[in-house]
Amino acid sequence: MAKRVLMNGNDAIGEGAIRAGCDAYYGYPITPQNELTAYMATHMPEHRRIFIQAESEIAAINMVFGTVAAGKRAMTSSSSPGISLKQEGISFLAGAELPGVIVNVQRGGPGLGNIAPSQADYFQATKGGGHGDYHQIVLAPNSVQEMHDLTIKAFGLAEKYRNPVMILTDGRLGQMMEPLTLYTGRPPVMPPKDWAVNGARNRSPNFIRSLYLVEGELEALNIKLQKKYARIRKDEILWEDRLTRDCDVLLVAYGTSARIAKGALTVAREAGIRAGLIRPITLWPFPHTAIAKAAERAKGILVVEMSSGQMLEDVKMSVNGQVPVFFEGRMGGGVPLTSTILKRIKTIARIKKRR
Amino acid sequence: MDFTYKKPEALTDVRTHYCPGCGHGIAHTLIAEVVDALKIRKRTIGVAPVGCSVLAYFYMNFDVTEAAHGRTPSVATGIKRVLPDRIVFSYQGDGDLAAIGTAETIHTANRGENITVVFMNNAVYGMTGGQMAPTSLIGQKTATSPNGRDPETMGPPIRMCELLNTLDRPYHIERVAIDGPDGVRKVRKALFTAFKAQVEGKGYSFIEVLSPCPVYQRLSPVDALRFVGKEMAAYFPVRVFRKEGTIINA
Ligand SMILES: Cc1ncc(C[n+]2csc(CCOP(=O)(O)OP(=O)(O)O)c2C)c(N)n1
Repeated sequence: MAKRVLMNGNDAIGEGAIRAGCDAYYGYPITPQNELTAYMATHMPEHRRIFIQAESEIAAINMVFGTVAAGKRAMTSSSSPGISLKQEGISFLAGAELPGVIVNVQRGGPGLGNIAPSQADYFQATKGGGHGDYHQIVLAPNSVQEMHDLTIKAFGLAEKYRNPVMILTDGRLGQMMEPLTLYTGRPPVMPPKDWAVNGARNRSPNFIRSLYLVEGELEALNIKLQKKYARIRKDEILWEDRLTRDCDVLLVAYGTSARIAKGALTVAREAGIRAGLIRPITLWPFPHTAIAKAAERAKGILVVEMSSGQMLEDVKMSVNGQVPVFFEGRMGGGVPLTSTILKRIKTIARIKKRR
Repeated sequence: MDFTYKKPEALTDVRTHYCPGCGHGIAHTLIAEVVDALKIRKRTIGVAPVGCSVLAYFYMNFDVTEAAHGRTPSVATGIKRVLPDRIVFSYQGDGDLAAIGTAETIHTANRGENITVVFMNNAVYGMTGGQMAPTSLIGQKTATSPNGRDPETMGPPIRMCELLNTLDRPYHIERVAIDGPDGVRKVRKALFTAFKAQVEGKGYSFIEVLSPCPVYQRLSPVDALRFVGKEMAAYFPVRVFRKEGTIINA
């Protein structure tokens, strides 16, 4: 029976990981994701799973590397400064083609910043973050329910593609409580892991590496990775579409910003303005085509973010200069206001139609 | 513990890339002999470091994974915790273990992970071209201490066995030296003790192997053995520090 419970977003991720069959969780305290680490400290041992409070975020991501290399499921979580420390490890996961789930409950930056919600790690998450030509899959929940559901999805995707997956969320969604329905299905099916290092019994030894010194070998690996990324782009893009069929003003926002944008959208519609919203759920791969299509008859696009305008670049790329793109955002832990967004929507609605 | 002098099954039959007189090849062979002697090849998982021995997975005939520079014991922890019946060891140079990975080294030992750490101390960074290591001796000339290691500005060499011996959880801590045939036999014995302890579930073991690197110790292979046995051993005493969980006084 599906069970309805009240939980905060961080705990919902933790419970999602447990229900997805996460064998080991490694964390290091940092606000605003501490609830998640504490949740795992309490509940992983109850399920006879592994919990370690690591000595650093670097140690934690490399423990993840070990566990997934051994063919088991692992997750780590942190917030912005700690995620910066994990970047080398994420690049190694990508290079060695290992699964692994990383949660970033973003806070304000740069530097130590603050502990307020933020979306300023978008570039880091979607454009690489660590060194080398790689991509992680990036999922952006916008409710406590999605924090839970997308965590389960993350484990499935990570193993399907043998690739790191990041859940990119923020301190507001992490701390906020909402009712949710807990996942009662089976954990995502584990594909056979004949590549894992778990003891060379009845087979020749396996080795896991991201080092390729022979001429041409590393290029071949990169070509293979790019083909994989193309498959992910083809099959895994997710977004929510709200009232875009007739929209004059297209809003594009994800996570917390999308919740606020939805509020503004409702008020705008009540005022007779034809506004619509595309909410990317996967930030990489990005719903470029969905945005281009939804913007076809729009007067303008308004991108709303809790950053200086990072996803903005992907939206501009989606429409390639065909539609004017505007931006409304706050930085350093500031959250955009419905009233400000509404004002911007009204201005865009007054633009004379093109063509 | 009986050893027959033949190619161990746990070693692949390929030429290594190691320089003449290097200690890594010897240490690989000794580990392979111990793995064979304990009959654990099919359940042994090695974690290779970033350093000269980064390609150890080509030489070891059992499962091996790479690890980011210095994070070798964290990767080993991540494997051992989810596969507690496998035999997991990390193999690390002095840069990997005692510089960039010092925090991981100490905390893995402090948690008493049931793994074996093989610490190859050659007093230099081999892979990157002979720079100063945390274990380079005072006065030792390297690419980054061209006038010799000056403890005033560079600090003196770090003694890892002694440092780890202050922790409660380690089960076995020992320093040995590849300084000649007798030294090599002692290295094998120490490795056997350490791996056996893990097989029996006793806990964390740490074997530091003082090791020749003729190229970057700037010596002939024969003089490098003398350097290890005399000069390195003078600063890094070759002995057992922890036995069956008990501190052994010098
Ligand atoms: C993060 C990072 N920093 C630096 C390096 C470059 N690097 C490769 S091996 C190494 C040190 C190797 O020395 P050691 O650990 O003593 O092993 P040895 O090569 O002597 O066996 C360094 C600094 C790296 N690969 N990654």
